[in-house]
This record gives sequence, C-alpha cells and structure tokens, in this order.
Amino acid sequence: MTAAANTKTTATTTYHDDLEIVRQELDKCMKCGNCMAVCPVYSIDKVESAVTRSKIAVADAVLTGELSLDDPQVYHMVFNCLVCKSCMTNCPTKVNFDRIVLALRAALVRKNGLPWLKKMIFSTLKHPKLFDTGMKVGAAMQGLVFRTDKTKKAISPRSPFASLGEGFGFDADRQMPELTVTPLRDRVPDVIKVDKPALKVSFFTGDSLNYFYPDAGQDLIEVLTANNIEVHIPKDQSCCGVPVLVHGDIDTVRTLARNNIDAFDKTGSDYLITGCGSCGGAWKHDYVELLAADPVYGLKAKHWAERTYDISTFLTKVISFRKPMGEVRSVVTYHDSCHLKKSMKVFAEPREILKSIPGVTFKEMSAPDTCCGSGGSYVVSHYETASGIGKRKAEDINKTGADTVSVGCPACMMQLLDNINRFGNAQKTRHYISLLAESYRKEKGK
Amino acid sequence: MLDRSIIEKLEALVGKENVLTSKMDLVAYSYDATADVPRQAPDVVVLPTTSEMVQEIVNLARANKIAIYPRGSGTNLSGGTIPLKKGIVLSMQRMNKILDVDAANLTAVVQPGVVIAALNSAVAPFGLIYPPDPGTVTTASMGGSCAENSGGLRGLKYGVTKNYIMGLEVVLANGEKVRFGGKTVKNVTAYDFSNLFVGSEGTLGIITEITAKLIPAPKYRRSMMGIFKTLQDAGNAVAGIIAAQVIPATLEIMDQMTIRTVEDFANIGLPTDAKALLLIEVDGMSQDVVTAEAEAVMNVVKTNNGDLHTADTDQERDQLWTARRNALPALASLNNTVVLEDATVPRSRITDMLVACENIGKKYNLTLGTFGHAGDGNLHPTILCDKYNKEEISRVHKAVDEIFEAALGFGGTLSGEHGIGIAKMKYLGNELGQSGLNLMRSMKEALDPEYLLNPGKMVPLKEV
Ligand SMILES: Cc1cc2nc3c(=O)[nH]c(=O)nc-3n(C[C@H](O)[C@H](O)[C@H](O)COP(=O)(O)OP(=O)(O)OC[C@H]3O[C@@H](n4cnc5c(N)ncnc54)[C@H](O)[C@@H]3O)c2cc1C
Ligand code: SF4
Ligand code: SF4
Repeated sequence: MTAAANTKTTATTTYHDDLEIVRQELDKCMKCGNCMAVCPVYSIDKVESAVTRSKIAVADAVLTGELSLDDPQVYHMVFNCLVCKSCMTNCPTKVNFDRIVLALRAALVRKNGLPWLKKMIFSTLKHPKLFDTGMKVGAAMQGLVFRTDKTKKAISPRSPFASLGEGFGFDADRQMPELTVTPLRDRVPDVIKVDKPALKVSFFTGDSLNYFYPDAGQDLIEVLTANNIEVHIPKDQSCCGVPVLVHGDIDTVRTLARNNIDAFDKTGSDYLITGCGSCGGAWKHDYVELLAADPVYGLKAKHWAERTYDISTFLTKVISFRKPMGEVRSVVTYHDSCHLKKSMKVFAEPREILKSIPGVTFKEMSAPDTCCGSGGSYVVSHYETASGIGKRKAEDINKTGADTVSVGCPACMMQLLDNINRFGNAQKTRHYISLLAESYRKEKGK
Repeated sequence: MLDRSIIEKLEALVGKENVLTSKMDLVAYSYDATADVPRQAPDVVVLPTTSEMVQEIVNLARANKIAIYPRGSGTNLSGGTIPLKKGIVLSMQRMNKILDVDAANLTAVVQPGVVIAALNSAVAPFGLIYPPDPGTVTTASMGGSCAENSGGLRGLKYGVTKNYIMGLEVVLANGEKVRFGGKTVKNVTAYDFSNLFVGSEGTLGIITEITAKLIPAPKYRRSMMGIFKTLQDAGNAVAGIIAAQVIPATLEIMDQMTIRTVEDFANIGLPTDAKALLLIEVDGMSQDVVTAEAEAVMNVVKTNNGDLHTADTDQERDQLWTARRNALPALASLNNTVVLEDATVPRSRITDMLVACENIGKKYNLTLGTFGHAGDGNLHPTILCDKYNKEEISRVHKAVDEIFEAALGFGGTLSGEHGIGIAKMKYLGNELGQSGLNLMRSMKEALDPEYLLNPGKMVPLKEV
C-alpha cells in the first residue's frame, strides 16, 4: 500500500487530533508573563492577545465554550504566532506552547476545513511530481512578474504587480530568492559516491534548498564528499510538511511524513542529514509525535529521529570534519534560526564551523537567537509585524559591522534577504555550509 | 456592554487601532498574574499613546460614569488589574518611549509603558543602573512598578521603587494633569506627592510620565551561598550579617521544601538535606571594600554553623543565582495553581516567621514552600494547590489568613512588595485599624469621589 492511500487510517490520539488533550498543557501556565519578554509578535504589536499567555487564555476559553473557534478574532489570534518557540525557552513552568497553538490550528481545520488557496497548495504538495512541475513552470514564468537582481540571485515584483502588492509587502522593494529553473535534485545524481567512503548518509533537501537555494544544497553535498562521505539523495522525497503542519492540515503532513519515511527507508543509510532547521525538527520531533499511534510508521519515525542530524552537528559531533584551509576573507555574524536553536538545540556547532574557517572574523550580534520574523508564511499573512521584527534583526546585524550574515535555515535566509535589502547595509546572507564549502574550494585554488 | 457611541468616541480619541472590543481581546485582558482571584472581562480596552489622550479618556469616562483600570504589563500578584466592575482597561503598553536619559543629573524620564529592563539597557552605556528589579524586571512596566511600589532582589541595599521616583506626571480622576518633582536632588515643595502616588495601585491617579533616579553601576561583587542545618542558624546568620555592619546587595533565603523542589526541577547540585540556604551577594565600587565585606559575611556564616560555598567566576555566580531564579518556577511546576504570598516581618523575626509558615503548611496539610528576601524580612510563602479541588482551596484560604495573622503578630506587614489589590483588602483593617481605613477612604474620595479609578481595589467600594 502506498503511503498516500492510507491517509486517514490512524487512531486519533495526539493533540493534533483532539483539542482536549492540550488541557493539561494549558493548566501549566501561571500567567506570570515571562513570555512577554521574548515574544517577537508582542514586541511589535504591544497587545495582550499577541502574548503567549493570552493565547493560552483564549485556548482555555475555547475549551470551556466561552469563545468559539468560528470567531474571526480567535482565528486571527491563532495565526498571529510564528511558532518560533521563543516563549517556551523563557517559560518557568515549561508550557509547551507549540502544542497548544498547533492543536488549535488543527482543531480549526477539522472544524472549518482549509481556506481554498491553502487547500489547493497543500494538495499539490501531496503529489510531489505535480508540485515539482508547478515549481519549474513557476521558475520559467517568474520573469513576467518579477525582475531579477543577478548579483544577489534575488527577484522583486515588476511595476504593475508591485503597486497591486503594496501594503502586503509585495512592493517593488520586496526581494525574494530566485526560483531556480533546475532544482537541486535535478542537478545531482541519486547517489554521490566517493572512494572508500567513511560513512553513507542520506540528505533530506527540503523544498527551500531544492527550489530556492540549490547552490547551498550543492555546497552541503560538496562538504560531505570533501569529508569522504557517500551521499544519497532520494528522488522521491517531498516537502518535510512543516509549512503544512503549522496550518493545521494534519492529514497532509501525515501523508508527507509517510512518503518521506518510505523514500529514506529505501536508502538504508546510517544517518539522515538536513540543512534546514524546520526539516530537521520535522524528522527529529514532529514525525514521531504525528505518527505515534501508527504501529508501522511510528517505529520508523523513531528510527529516523534518532539518526537525524543537522549538517553542523554531523560534522562536529558525529565525524570530526576536516579543518578547512582556504582563506575566506569575511566578517561574519550568525543568526540562530528558531527551529535550529529552540527545536533542535543546535547553536554551538555552526559557530564552531564558522570559526574554523581561515580568514573569517566572527562577530556575535546582540541577542542572536531572537526570531527574524519569517515563520514560514507568517511573513506573507502578517507582513507588517514580520517586517517590524525583521527590521530589528537587520539593525542588530548592522551594529556588528559584519559583511555577511550566516544562517542555518533557508526560510530565515529569505526573510533576511528582504529585510537587509530594506534596512541593512548590503550584507550577504549565506548558509554557513556555503562558507565552509568555499573554504574547501579555495584550498584547491578554485 | 458600553454604548456604541462611547466606543466611537474612544476611537476618535485614540484611533481605531487603539480600541479593542472583540470578545477575544476582552478575554485577553480579563486576568493578571494573580492566582485565585475572580476573572472579569472589561467592556473595552483602550491603548493611548499620549498623556493628552489619557486626559480625554478620563473626561469621557467621568461624564459617563465608566470605571477605568490602568494596566501596565499585568504581572502583579494582587489582582490589581482585574476589571472587576467592567468598564475601560487603560493599557499603557503602547506608551513606551524613553523620553530622556540625563547622565549629568543621573535621571531618566520615561513613559509608563517602558519595561524596567529596557530602561536599564538604555542607561547601561552611561555606566548607570535603575536599581529596582522585581522578579519580573524583563516584563513589568515602569508605570506598574511605580503603582505597586515594587521591590526586588537588590532591595536590601538599594531600596525599592519609591526611593527612585523623583517626579511624576499624573492624570487625576477629574481629568486634570499634575506634575510634581523633577530632576533636582532636593525637592521639598508642598506635600510629598510622589510618595502618595507611588504604591497607590492605580486607585488615585494615572501615572503618565516618570522621572527616575539612576545610580552608578557597582563595579565589583562577590556571591556566596551559606548552607544551614537549622532555620535558627540561618536566621541568626541574617541578623549577624547586619550586626557586622555589612549591607549585602542581596540576601535571599530558601527553606528545605523549596531547596528540594528546585533540586528536583533543575538538578543543580543543591544540598537537599539542608534546612535552609542563604544566597548572598555583596557589591560596591572598590575591590577592597567588597573583599572585606565578603570576608565578614563568610565569618558570620561559619560562626552560625553554616557551610560555605563561594562563586569565584561569573559562571559560578550564574549557577548560584539559577537556584534562586528557579525557586518559584520549580514550586509552581508541582501543581496547577500557585498562591504566592508576600508576608513581611522585621528581619529579626525571620526565623519565627519561617517556622510559623512551616507549621501552618503542616496544620492544613498543604504543599507550602517559603523563599524570599531574608535581608529585608520579605518572605514569599508559596502554596501549591489544585484549583479544581474546592476543599483544598478552602484550606488554602484558611492558611493564608493565618500567615498574615502571624506576620502582623511579629510586627510585620501585609505586603513587602506585591501590594494589596483585591487579594489582601480584607486584612487591611488588621494592620491599619479603623482610623487607618478611614484615612484611606478620605484620600480616595478626595481624589476620586466617584470611584472611577480601579474601583474595588485597596479601598472597598462604598456600600449603598
Ligand atoms: C513571577 C513574578 C515575580 C515577581 N517578583 C516581584 C518582586 O520581586 N518584587 C515585586 O515588587 N513584585 C514582583 N512581582 C509583582 C509584579 O511583577 C510587580 O508588582 C510589577 O512591578 C507590576 O508591574 P506591571 O507593569 O505588570 O503592573 P500591572 O500588573 O499592570 O499593574 C499593577 C498595578 O499598577 C496599576 N498601574 C499600572 N500602570 C499604571 C499607571 N500607569 N498609572 C497608575 N496605575 C497603574 C494597576 O492598576 C495595578 O493596580 C512579581 C510577579 C511575578 C508574576
Ligand atoms: S511564561 Fe509560561 S507560565 Fe508564564 S505566562 Fe508565559 S506561558 Fe504562562
Ligand atoms: S511561538 Fe513565538 S510568536 Fe508564538 S507566542 Fe511563542 S514567542 Fe510568540
């Protein structure tokens, strides 16, 4: 049986399926307000409904029937959150707020279904081939709507579209990464062999590295092979599902999870490597949680969760990566992506890698782990708040005097690209793995 | 529900985006950090951005007899911001500008919505600090902490909020704006209005601007922990430190229940068989003085049978304070409801009060841990209970009654820092007597005859 065929079969025992299950999480909140200090949405909106504890109070009111999920304000509140988990790291009683907000979103979708646009996009995600074709068509057509800044590989809306998009942040200044004509997985073979490999790993590319930052994806592969690692890139992998998960479409994310597990089971590799905090978090935590009640895939999800590593952790903790020798003259600062730091607890490793590169001067920005405001589609649905948050990030980056801001998550790279364009000093935004790859390349005088 | 026309007038005054009426928003303003107080949603939430707007809102409210509840960050622990009688919640969250930092005069002028920690970040480049640091320093507002007269970990040496407020701008219930005090170090003009409004919990006027005193940041510090086998030894050590003429910046105590819970929660290697811990920090401008003070403290700890643990690096210091920071969260994680009290006694009676709390906990069969600011006698007996268990909650109420009875019996007070609000109104007569209550009422009625400002807090509503 294919994964797609058994979408709705599993028992309904997670908070994704039953809002009641989060009640005990709600009770943990003592309304102390510590979350206010770190919630990026509150820092801009300055209203209680933006603060975690209020979202908890509203969830409580929904459970007691005082408020209804159909209330448009409740709907708005439930989606006015980046699911960045900053509040969770500052919460004295360890309320797992991500569960609360995801449970609410899933309950909303169960009750009212998905809005048509989301439904359309998410259903194509379930059919990776169709989605892939769509992205390629999009890449071919983007020139009609967008103009390209060749040096940055960035695109901005052309004038008629720019004036339509004003107010939604799709104005003429809005920079987005170019959608690639040849995605990563079309650029490389399924298996990239090396002589006498030390290890065999599988690379989960995720959509962003595949379609938006394929060069960074190639850099990641190059770094692995430079460390004598054989790399498998299963062609039939699909989106990790996090963008869908955060919109409450649990059926689709379960389908994607099973698809991906099938694709990686076939490789039989020792490790699963990611280059994106969201993808890594999906494999390490979300799949296990979502498939807990599935007798077959539940176990498989656990198997992979134990073998999933962000590329930086893999390089520093699993193998001892070869110290790079080529000089990369650059002043670099590092932005801690929420999903990497707060979900995967990865923060020391990328810094260790950056500091190992000859020529790199590392400058820490103040509060490097405050959210950049991306939150996947949050930046589209709440452009104003997101760009308030992004502006602050850009200012922190400016203060370091760095010429490059390095990140470990493509979604943050997109947000930083736009905000540096608006508020920054023309700094480059690069995945830390690209800097390492560049150093390895320079060794060979390339 | 308020008349639509009033909402429209409010929208005209402050802009539509600063008036919230949806049921969801009202739920969001129906509580504060206080456990076990009634929840109530207001009719409307208004977020002014200037003091002129505040005046206009007050005028509109007075004309229509609508109650107003000033609100900062809603972190108070006495129910002070609950809109008991419905009406307008006046949120200061968007009046959050730092207007002036004057290093030459050691002052800063801020709007009430500025968060305490934000003020500290703004003055840090000048080598200055604003010392009052309640546990909520990263979230509480300057307005809220003025209105609560908050204290904090540094209260023993550096005092509490009232010692740092040099001037205020206040909008009164009659809509007039008054300003008093300012940047001068000395100011004895007229009544001491700053001290009247600081600690008035939003019942006498709305604070719209604050002139705060800053001090140079101490340059050196030493932290240590004293570990004691009996509560008496710990209490005597507190008295001994003061008798040795050392005023530590911080002098905190944790009882055994708290120690064990923190250790379970955070695994930081605390001695779980100790009956009490003292966490002590001395600081100052000169290395020699700080060293001498630290040595004096260590001697006192030893002569009172305490084991010593000192922090020699910043990292060790952080570890030490982690224990204190974890006290409340650790206790709170034991059950779904935390009743955090604030009974305060003269510091010579600390031991008596600790013993009394322990006994009260036993008597009512409650999970009760006590920690707090030993140096200033300000203890936080903390009861962990289940809000769904009515019978237990009634035992909690009896225990709280006895805690305050004990504190007053030792010559103490109802509140060292959390204020009266709704939570402790009923005990007020026990401390102030009838003449005190009469004075409270006269003050309230002189300034707010119609009980428009934060009604039902501190001064009971008039029975009609
Ligand atoms: C975990 C925790 C730890 C705490 N630790 C401490 C501590 O160590 N020391 C301490 O003193 N307190 C402590 N508190 C209590 C509380 O944080 C402080 O009293 C804080 O200063 C309140 O600030 P706020 O901005 O949240 O005020 P709010 O809670 O919003 O308001 C408090 C009172 O002030 C009034 N008010 C607010 N703004 C204004 C204004 N502009 N004009 C007039 N009245 C106004 C309100 O009506 C209310 O009565 C703690 C609370 C928690 C939850
Ligand atoms: S920090 Fe945690 S316990 Fe405190 S109010 Fe926020 S969610 Fe609740
Ligand atoms: S997850 Fe992030 S945005 Fe959402 S409430 Fe928590 S801190 Fe705020």
